[in-house]
Amino acid sequence: MAGLHQSEFKNPVINWVDTRLPLFTMMQKEYGSFPTPKNFNYFWNFGALAIVNLVIMIATGVFLAMNYSPGVETAFDSVQRIMRDVNYGWLLRYVHQNGASMFFIVVYIHIFRALYYGSYKKPRELLFMLGVVIFLLMMATAFMGYVLPWGQMSYWGATVITNLFSAIPVVGDYIVTLLWGGFSVANPTLNRFFSLHYLMPFMITGVVFLHIVALHITGSNNPLGIDVKSPQDTIPFHPYYTTKDSVGLCVYLLIFAALVFFAPDLLGDPDNNIPANPLVTPAHIAPEWYFRPFYAMLRAVEWKLGGVILMFSSILILFFLPWLDTSPVRSTRFRPMYKPFMAVFVASFFVLLWVGGKPPEGLYVVLGRVATAYWFLHFLVVLPLLGVFEKPYALPESISAPVLKRRRILPPGGGGGGPLPAGAAAKPMAKS
Amino acid sequence: MRQTASVVAVAMSMLFAAPAMAQHTEAALPEQSWSFGGLFGTYDRAALQRGFQVYNQVCSNCHSMKEVYYRNLSQIGLNEEQVKAIAASKTFATLDDSGQPAERPGMPADHFRSPFPNDQAARAANGGALPPDQSLIVAAREDGSNYVYDLLNGYEDAPAGQTMAPGQYYNKWMPGNRIAMPPPLAEGAVDYADGTKATVAQMASDVTQFLTWTSHPELETRKRMGVKAVLFLALMTGLTYALKKKLWKDVAH
Repeated sequence: MAGLHQSEFKNPVINWVDTRLPLFTMMQKEYGSFPTPKNFNYFWNFGALAIVNLVIMIATGVFLAMNYSPGVETAFDSVQRIMRDVNYGWLLRYVHQNGASMFFIVVYIHIFRALYYGSYKKPRELLFMLGVVIFLLMMATAFMGYVLPWGQMSYWGATVITNLFSAIPVVGDYIVTLLWGGFSVANPTLNRFFSLHYLMPFMITGVVFLHIVALHITGSNNPLGIDVKSPQDTIPFHPYYTTKDSVGLCVYLLIFAALVFFAPDLLGDPDNNIPANPLVTPAHIAPEWYFRPFYAMLRAVEWKLGGVILMFSSILILFFLPWLDTSPVRSTRFRPMYKPFMAVFVASFFVLLWVGGKPPEGLYVVLGRVATAYWFLHFLVVLPLLGVFEKPYALPESISAPVLKRRRILPPGGGGGGPLPAGAAAKPMAKS
Repeated sequence: MRQTASVVAVAMSMLFAAPAMAQHTEAALPEQSWSFGGLFGTYDRAALQRGFQVYNQVCSNCHSMKEVYYRNLSQIGLNEEQVKAIAASKTFATLDDSGQPAERPGMPADHFRSPFPNDQAARAANGGALPPDQSLIVAAREDGSNYVYDLLNGYEDAPAGQTMAPGQYYNKWMPGNRIAMPPPLAEGAVDYADGTKATVAQMASDVTQFLTWTSHPELETRKRMGVKAVLFLALMTGLTYALKKKLWKDVAH
C-alpha cells in the first residue's frame, strides 16, 4: 500500500487514523520529540502565551458576539446587557477587554525577545516578517474591537484614526468614505467594523500557523544566538518545554486574573462608559495604552501626512530589519556596543508610550520628537553602522560549551552525546 | 532566575505605567474609605437602600438610570414585595386594547423610569443642560466613587472675581468649577426609614454607594471569584514550578 504512512503507534485506533492521516505522528514530531535548544530562558515562553491569548480572545469573543448588537442605537445597551444580565457576561467581557491588553503585553515582550536575541536574522527573516504581519493584523483587530461598545472613546477614536487615511494624497478621501460606509462614522461603520473584527482573528490564526511552520523549519533561536551544533545542544520539546511553558502560563494567568477580577477598569478609559455622542468631543482623546507609542509618533510632527507616514513606517520598518542589521552576531549578549543602544531603544518605546497619553503640549512634544527620532535612527543608522564598527565578543563554541565549562565537566576536546544529557538519559523520567 | 525577574519586571512596569498615564485629574480628590474597596470589599446593604431612597426621592427627578431594572433592587436586599411596590408606584406609557395611548403601573421587569420623555425635554426643563444618565456615572468618571462623593459635597461660594452665569453653580470638584446642577442635597432632604440622620455628607455617601453598585453590580461576585481564582493559580504556579524543577534537574543548561 504505497502512499500510506507507516505509523508506529501501538493503539489500533490511533494507528488506523495515523496511517491514513498522520496527525499523531506530526504532533509527536513537532511537539513531542521536537529537538529544541536546551538553553531557553523565560523570554521563550511568550510565543506560546500569545497563542493561548489568541484562543482566549476568540473563545470569549464568540460568546460576546452572541449577545452583542452592532447598531448605533443598540450597541452600548447590548454591552450593558452583557455586563448585567447575561450569565457571567461581565466575566466574558472583562476577560476579552483585559485580554486585549494582556495580548499586547505578551506580544511586545515577544517582539523585544526577537530584537534582543537577533531572532530575525538569517535564516529566520521570513519567520520574523510573518510575525510583523500578525502584529499589524492584531492592531487592526484591536482598534475595531474598541469601537464596538460604542462609547465616547470608541466613537472619537474611530473618528480620529479613520480620518488619518484622508491624509493620503488623491485617494485619501475616497478611502475614508469606504471605511465609513458613508460620510461620517455611523451605523454602517459600526456594522463593518463588527464584521471585520470577527473575521480578522481567523486571519491572524492563519498567519500564526505559517509563523509556526516557519519556526519548525528553521528551529528556534536561543539566548546565545548560535546555531545548534550537535544533538547534545537540544532536548525534546516534551516534557521539558511543555513544563517550562506551563510555569510561564500559570504566572501569566495569575496576572491576567488579578487584572480581570480586581482591577478590570484599570487600563480602560472611563469616558468609554459614556454612550457615543457625535456632538460632544471628549476633553482628551487618547487611544488605549498599547497604541500610544505609535499615537505619539503620529503627533510628533505638525504635518498630518508626515505623522501618518511616521506612524506606519515605524512598524513597517521592521520588515527590513533583517537587512538593516548588518552584524552577523545574533544575541545582544555578545554585542558590547549594541547593548546600550538597545537599552535606549526600549527607553524610547516607554517614553513614547507615556507621551502618547498626554496632551500634545510643552515638554511632551519635545520628548515625543526625541524618542521618535531615536526610533528611526536606531533602525536606519545605528543598526547598519554597528555591524561595521562593533567588535563582538567571542561566541561560545556550542550551546553546551558554556554550561559545561561553568560546571567544569567539559572533557578535553568537547563532549559527545545523544539528544538527552547523559544524566537525564540514565534515569527515565516517566518512572522516577 | 535573573532573567525571570527581568521578564516579570518588564510586564509589571507596563502594567503599572499605563494607569498612571490614564490619570488626568489636576487636583487629587479626597479619598473616602469605602466598604466595597480592597480585595474582599462588599457593599453595605443598608447604605445601598438608603442610597436608593436618595436617588429615588431626589436624583431621579432629573437623572435617568436607563440600564437598571426594578428587579435588580432585590440585589440590594429589598424583598419581592418591596420591589413590586416600588415599581408599581411609577407610571409607564403603554397602549390600551384599542391601540390608544394609556398608562399602566410599573413592574419589576421595567427599566427605571426616566424623568423626561427625551433629551430635548430634559434640556428644556434644566436650563439647557442635560442631566447625565446615572447608570454608569461612577464607571464613567476617573476615580468615580470619590469623585461623585466629593462633587456632592463640593458646592461652595464662587471665589471673588469668578462670576457665575445664571443657572451655574460653583463646585470645587467639577472640571472647570462650573456646574449646571443646583446643590441637590440639603440637610433632611429625605426621611430615612432606618432613622439615620440625613446630613448632606450622609446622603452623599449613601447615594455614592448606590451609584457604585449601579455601575458595578457584579463587584461582589467578581471579587469573591477573584480570590478563589488567584489562590488556585498561585497553587498551580507553585506545583508547576516544582514539576519543572524536578524534570530539569539533570539537564545541564
